[in-house]
Amino acid sequence: MPNTYTTIASVIVGAGGTSSIDFTSIPQTYTDLVIKASIRTNRGFLSDALAVKLNNSTTGYVSRDITYDNNNVASYADLFGAGYNLNTQGNGGTSNTFSNQEIYIPNYTGSTNKSFISESTVENNAPDARVEMMSSLWSNTSAITSIILASYTSNTILQYSTATLYGIKNS
Amino acid sequence: MTTAIEVNCATGEVVERPLTVEEIAQMEADAVASAAAEAARITAEEALAALKASAKAKLIAGTPLTAEEADTLVI
Repeated sequence: MPNTYTTIASVIVGAGGTSSIDFTSIPQTYTDLVIKASIRTNRGFLSDALAVKLNNSTTGYVSRDITYDNNNVASYADLFGAGYNLNTQGNGGTSNTFSNQEIYIPNYTGSTNKSFISESTVENNAPDARVEMMSSLWSNTSAITSIILASYTSNTILQYSTATLYGIKNS
Repeated sequence: MTTAIEVNCATGEVVERPLTVEEIAQMEADAVASAAAEAARITAEEALAALKASAKAKLIAGTPLTAEEADTLVI
Protein backbone atom coordinates (compact mmCIF):
# COMPACT_ATOMS: atom_id res chain seq x y z
CA MET A 1 0.00 0.00 0.00
CA PRO A 2 1.43 3.43 -0.89
CA ASN A 3 2.61 5.38 2.11
CA THR A 4 0.35 8.22 1.10
CA TYR A 5 -2.73 6.28 2.20
CA THR A 6 -4.22 7.90 5.29
CA THR A 7 -7.14 6.45 7.19
CA ILE A 8 -9.83 9.11 7.42
CA ALA A 9 -12.51 7.02 9.12
CA SER A 10 -13.46 3.41 9.68
CA VAL A 11 -16.74 1.72 10.63
CA ILE A 12 -17.51 -1.74 11.96
CA VAL A 13 -21.24 -2.43 11.99
CA GLY A 14 -22.48 -3.57 15.36
CA ALA A 15 -25.24 -5.89 16.55
CA GLY A 16 -28.54 -5.37 14.79
CA GLY A 17 -26.96 -4.00 11.65
CA THR A 18 -27.64 -0.67 10.01
CA SER A 19 -29.45 0.82 7.04
CA SER A 20 -26.49 2.85 5.90
CA ILE A 21 -22.93 3.90 6.59
CA ASP A 22 -22.48 7.65 6.15
CA PHE A 23 -19.13 9.38 5.87
CA THR A 24 -19.76 13.11 6.35
CA SER A 25 -17.58 16.24 6.48
CA ILE A 26 -14.87 14.56 4.40
CA PRO A 27 -11.67 16.64 4.56
CA GLN A 28 -10.79 18.41 1.32
CA THR A 29 -7.06 17.99 1.85
CA TYR A 30 -6.37 14.86 -0.22
CA THR A 31 -6.10 14.16 -3.92
CA ASP A 32 -8.15 10.95 -4.15
CA LEU A 33 -10.40 8.86 -1.93
CA VAL A 34 -10.52 5.10 -1.54
CA ILE A 35 -13.11 3.03 0.28
CA LYS A 36 -12.25 -0.53 1.25
CA ALA A 37 -15.35 -2.39 2.35
CA SER A 38 -16.41 -5.82 3.48
CA ILE A 39 -20.18 -5.99 3.42
CA ARG A 40 -23.01 -8.46 3.86
CA THR A 41 -26.69 -7.54 3.76
CA ASN A 42 -29.73 -9.56 4.74
CA ARG A 43 -31.11 -9.74 1.18
CA GLY A 44 -32.04 -13.39 0.61
CA PHE A 45 -29.93 -13.79 -2.51
CA LEU A 46 -26.25 -14.36 -3.15
CA SER A 47 -25.72 -10.71 -4.03
CA ASP A 48 -27.23 -7.33 -3.31
CA ALA A 49 -26.83 -3.86 -4.78
CA LEU A 50 -24.73 -1.49 -2.73
CA ALA A 51 -25.70 2.10 -3.41
CA VAL A 52 -22.82 4.57 -3.25
CA LYS A 53 -24.38 8.02 -3.02
CA LEU A 54 -22.02 10.96 -3.35
CA ASN A 55 -23.17 14.06 -1.46
CA ASN A 56 -26.43 12.13 -0.91
CA SER A 57 -27.27 12.59 -4.59
CA THR A 58 -29.30 10.03 -6.52
CA THR A 59 -29.17 11.73 -9.93
CA GLY A 60 -26.61 12.20 -12.68
CA TYR A 61 -24.93 8.79 -12.52
CA VAL A 62 -24.12 6.33 -15.29
CA SER A 63 -22.10 3.14 -14.96
CA ARG A 64 -20.86 0.20 -16.96
CA ASP A 65 -19.76 -3.03 -15.40
CA ILE A 66 -18.56 -6.47 -16.29
CA THR A 67 -19.30 -9.41 -14.04
CA TYR A 68 -17.94 -12.94 -14.07
CA ASP A 69 -19.82 -15.70 -12.30
CA ASN A 70 -20.45 -19.39 -12.74
CA ASN A 71 -18.42 -19.43 -15.99
CA ASN A 72 -20.52 -16.65 -17.46
CA VAL A 73 -19.42 -13.13 -18.30
CA ALA A 74 -22.12 -10.49 -18.35
CA SER A 75 -22.05 -6.75 -18.83
CA TYR A 76 -24.53 -4.28 -17.44
CA ALA A 77 -25.35 -0.62 -17.80
CA ASP A 78 -26.56 0.92 -14.54
CA LEU A 79 -26.77 -2.13 -12.31
CA PHE A 80 -30.25 -2.48 -10.77
CA GLY A 81 -31.28 0.50 -12.89
CA ALA A 82 -29.11 3.09 -11.15
CA GLY A 83 -25.57 4.14 -11.99
CA TYR A 84 -24.39 4.33 -8.39
CA ASN A 85 -24.92 0.65 -7.56
CA LEU A 86 -22.22 -1.97 -7.09
CA ASN A 87 -22.54 -5.67 -6.43
CA THR A 88 -22.14 -6.66 -2.83
CA GLN A 89 -22.75 -9.71 -0.67
CA GLY A 90 -26.33 -10.72 0.10
CA ASN A 91 -27.46 -13.31 2.63
CA GLY A 92 -28.09 -16.21 0.24
CA GLY A 93 -24.63 -17.68 -0.13
CA THR A 94 -22.20 -19.32 2.24
CA SER A 95 -22.78 -18.26 5.83
CA ASN A 96 -20.49 -15.69 7.39
CA THR A 97 -18.89 -14.61 4.12
CA PHE A 98 -18.60 -10.97 3.22
CA SER A 99 -17.89 -9.04 0.05
CA ASN A 100 -14.45 -7.66 -0.65
CA GLN A 101 -14.59 -4.36 -2.50
CA GLU A 102 -12.77 -1.19 -3.30
CA ILE A 103 -14.10 2.10 -4.60
CA TYR A 104 -11.58 4.59 -5.97
CA ILE A 105 -12.60 8.23 -6.44
CA PRO A 106 -9.93 10.43 -8.04
CA ASN A 107 -9.89 14.22 -7.87
CA TYR A 108 -12.82 14.38 -5.47
CA THR A 109 -12.28 18.05 -4.61
CA GLY A 110 -12.16 19.17 -8.24
CA SER A 111 -14.71 21.24 -10.11
CA THR A 112 -15.21 18.77 -12.94
CA ASN A 113 -17.57 15.80 -13.17
CA LYS A 114 -16.56 12.93 -10.90
CA SER A 115 -15.60 9.49 -12.13
CA PHE A 116 -15.02 6.49 -9.93
CA ILE A 117 -14.12 2.88 -10.39
CA SER A 118 -14.84 -0.12 -8.24
CA GLU A 119 -13.96 -3.76 -7.88
CA SER A 120 -16.19 -6.16 -5.99
CA THR A 121 -16.23 -9.82 -5.16
CA VAL A 122 -19.19 -11.78 -3.86
CA GLU A 123 -17.87 -14.75 -1.95
CA ASN A 124 -19.50 -18.17 -2.08
CA ASN A 125 -18.31 -21.73 -1.61
CA ALA A 126 -19.96 -22.63 -4.91
CA PRO A 127 -19.38 -21.96 -8.62
CA ASP A 128 -21.53 -18.84 -8.69
CA ALA A 129 -19.24 -16.67 -6.60
CA ARG A 130 -18.70 -13.56 -8.66
CA VAL A 131 -16.31 -10.75 -9.39
CA GLU A 132 -17.18 -7.38 -10.85
CA MET A 133 -15.35 -4.39 -12.26
CA MET A 134 -17.22 -1.17 -12.82
CA SER A 135 -16.62 2.35 -14.01
CA SER A 136 -19.03 5.11 -13.09
CA LEU A 137 -19.54 8.77 -13.80
CA TRP A 138 -21.34 11.27 -11.62
CA SER A 139 -22.10 14.33 -13.72
CA ASN A 140 -21.75 16.85 -10.96
CA THR A 141 -19.03 19.45 -10.45
CA SER A 142 -19.37 19.77 -6.67
CA ALA A 143 -16.56 18.67 -4.42
CA ILE A 144 -17.41 15.43 -2.65
CA THR A 145 -18.00 16.05 1.04
CA SER A 146 -20.05 13.00 1.98
CA ILE A 147 -20.50 9.39 0.88
CA ILE A 148 -23.36 7.10 1.84
CA LEU A 149 -23.22 3.31 1.51
CA ALA A 150 -26.59 1.56 1.68
CA SER A 151 -28.45 -1.43 0.30
CA TYR A 152 -30.32 -0.25 -2.81
CA THR A 153 -32.92 -2.94 -2.14
CA SER A 154 -33.44 -1.45 1.32
CA ASN A 155 -32.02 -4.41 3.19
CA THR A 156 -29.98 -4.21 6.37
CA ILE A 157 -26.18 -4.10 6.32
CA LEU A 158 -25.33 -6.88 8.73
CA GLN A 159 -23.14 -6.95 11.82
CA TYR A 160 -19.38 -7.24 11.23
CA SER A 161 -19.57 -5.45 7.89
CA THR A 162 -16.78 -2.89 7.68
CA ALA A 163 -15.96 0.18 5.60
CA THR A 164 -12.83 2.29 5.76
CA LEU A 165 -12.35 5.60 3.98
CA TYR A 166 -8.79 6.50 3.01
CA GLY A 167 -7.38 9.74 1.65
CA ILE A 168 -4.53 9.66 -0.86
CA LYS A 169 -2.15 12.47 -1.59
CA ASN A 170 -0.23 12.63 -4.84
CA SER A 171 3.00 13.64 -3.17
CA MET B 1 -33.37 -1.68 10.94
CA THR B 2 -33.85 1.99 10.12
CA THR B 3 -30.77 3.59 11.57
CA ALA B 4 -27.67 5.02 10.00
CA ILE B 5 -24.11 4.93 11.28
CA GLU B 6 -22.83 8.42 10.64
CA VAL B 7 -19.14 9.23 10.88
CA ASN B 8 -18.11 12.87 10.98
CA CYS B 9 -14.72 12.65 9.27
CA ALA B 10 -13.68 16.08 10.55
CA THR B 11 -14.24 15.32 14.23
CA GLY B 12 -14.12 11.53 14.26
CA GLU B 13 -17.49 11.45 16.02
CA VAL B 14 -19.56 8.34 15.26
CA VAL B 15 -23.28 8.32 15.97
CA GLU B 16 -25.99 5.79 15.26
CA ARG B 17 -29.12 7.77 14.53
CA PRO B 18 -32.63 7.05 13.27
CA LEU B 19 -33.20 7.67 9.58
CA THR B 20 -34.96 10.89 8.71
CA VAL B 21 -38.39 10.90 7.06
CA GLU B 22 -36.70 11.85 3.79
CA GLU B 23 -34.19 9.00 4.08
CA ILE B 24 -36.94 6.47 4.78
CA ALA B 25 -38.87 7.74 1.75
CA GLN B 26 -35.73 7.40 -0.38
CA MET B 27 -35.20 3.85 0.90
CA GLU B 28 -38.75 2.93 -0.02
CA ALA B 29 -38.37 4.47 -3.47
CA ASP B 30 -35.08 2.62 -3.97
CA ALA B 31 -36.74 -0.67 -3.00
CA VAL B 32 -39.51 -0.16 -5.57
CA ALA B 33 -37.04 0.90 -8.27
CA SER B 34 -34.67 -1.99 -7.60
CA ALA B 35 -37.50 -4.53 -7.72
CA ALA B 36 -38.71 -3.14 -11.05
CA ALA B 37 -35.18 -3.12 -12.49
CA GLU B 38 -34.53 -6.67 -11.34
CA ALA B 39 -37.83 -7.88 -12.83
CA ALA B 40 -36.98 -6.20 -16.14
CA ARG B 41 -33.51 -7.76 -16.15
CA ILE B 42 -34.91 -11.24 -15.52
CA THR B 43 -37.53 -10.83 -18.25
CA ALA B 44 -34.88 -9.71 -20.74
CA GLU B 45 -32.56 -12.59 -19.83
CA GLU B 46 -35.37 -15.14 -20.16
CA ALA B 47 -36.37 -13.72 -23.53
CA LEU B 48 -32.78 -13.92 -24.77
CA ALA B 49 -32.43 -17.50 -23.52
CA ALA B 50 -35.65 -18.45 -25.33
CA LEU B 51 -34.42 -16.86 -28.55
CA LYS B 52 -31.11 -18.71 -28.32
CA ALA B 53 -32.84 -22.02 -27.68
CA SER B 54 -35.13 -21.45 -30.64
CA ALA B 55 -32.19 -20.48 -32.86
CA LYS B 56 -30.27 -23.60 -31.84
CA ALA B 57 -33.24 -25.86 -32.53
CA LYS B 58 -33.74 -24.32 -35.97
CA LEU B 59 -30.05 -24.65 -36.83
CA ILE B 60 -30.13 -28.32 -35.94
CA ALA B 61 -33.31 -28.84 -37.94
CA GLY B 62 -31.99 -26.83 -40.88
CA THR B 63 -34.86 -24.40 -40.88
CA PRO B 64 -34.58 -20.61 -41.42
CA LEU B 65 -33.95 -18.36 -38.43
CA THR B 66 -35.71 -15.09 -37.77
CA ALA B 67 -33.58 -11.93 -37.73
CA GLU B 68 -33.95 -11.76 -33.93
CA GLU B 69 -32.74 -15.33 -33.57
CA ALA B 70 -29.80 -14.71 -35.90
CA ASP B 71 -28.83 -11.66 -33.82
CA THR B 72 -28.24 -13.93 -30.84
CA LEU B 73 -25.60 -15.88 -32.80
CA VAL B 74 -23.78 -13.19 -34.77
CA ILE B 75 -21.42 -10.90 -32.85
